[in-house]
Amino acid sequence: MHELSIVSSVVENVIDSLENYPGARVTEVRLRVGALAAVVEDSLQFCYGIATEGTPLEGSRLVVNLVPVTVHCDACGAEGAIESLQSFRCPSCGEPAGDVRNGRELEIEAIEIEDKEEVKS
Amino acid sequence: MTTRIVELRQGILKKNDELARVLRGRFETAGVLVLNLVSSPGTGKTAFLERTLCELRGRGSRVAALVGDLETDNDARRLAASGAPVRQINTHGICHLEAEMVSRHLEGWDAVELGQLDYLFIENVGNLVCPSSYDLGERIRVALLSVTEGEDKPLKYPTLFNSADVAVITKMDIAEAVGFDRRAAHRNILEIRPNIHIFETSAKTGAGMDAWLEYLAQERVHRGA
Repeated sequence: MHELSIVSSVVENVIDSLENYPGARVTEVRLRVGALAAVVEDSLQFCYGIATEGTPLEGSRLVVNLVPVTVHCDACGAEGAIESLQSFRCPSCGEPAGDVRNGRELEIEAIEIEDKEEVKS
Repeated sequence: MTTRIVELRQGILKKNDELARVLRGRFETAGVLVLNLVSSPGTGKTAFLERTLCELRGRGSRVAALVGDLETDNDARRLAASGAPVRQINTHGICHLEAEMVSRHLEGWDAVELGQLDYLFIENVGNLVCPSSYDLGERIRVALLSVTEGEDKPLKYPTLFNSADVAVITKMDIAEAVGFDRRAAHRNILEIRPNIHIFETSAKTGAGMDAWLEYLAQERVHRGA
């Protein structure tokens, strides 16, 4: 299980990007995770609470959008999602298709932030 | 209080990926072919590597190895018997190698000058899940599977087998004794990674090593390493 390493990288990257938004608090982090990325959402969620403690991300939601695996078929030229991770075959013609186009993503898509309250004069 | 969405669209492992790119560039410039060996614990990575190092040295190639484990330098000591420079990476609990660990262990490794090497092998931590996410700057990722593990292992761990460039079946000397179904193993590997090269080897008897060594030599020529 390397989800804690993954989540720690997420926290680190988000904190870096907050430099442009001083004082902002993070309310949501959205990830794009490919079905071939070898991470499990439950474990990510479990580690997220621990990894965000005491950071500007504390208390924020983690949203994980799963990206299906798509392949390009050399035989017929079609591109589409494979039916199962146990069979890398073209969804159109059924030939073996090893050219993976999507499904390895491990990305931070966006964050939702709350800006610091303006000081009223 | 205002809430807004900030698009980031950045790789979570971008630091690792960037460092791996730098390493790949260094390896290419140095002309060394780098391989990353991944499998579950007990597949026989170390025995396979031991034999590979000895055979390559016997053929006049210059080789070295980095070997990853959670703890102990047992594998490094075992591999060093081949006469090749070997350095242990202890991850202290981390279940995979990262580019930073490879980079750090290349620094100050007095026995090794990358430009003087033909091959550098990186033996990853025994794990069939996590190493697949971490690029180490290698040119070839080798997934190993032993005849005792069950022919359906590639189906159970598709993420790792799909990320491999080459598959090596180990312990072929006991294949018959354990009722290894060779056709099923090949079929399952190819179902996950179509067109992949598959080698059947025995580190004990040396069977199948010639084809593997021939492949390595060809890769050096083809890839201009």
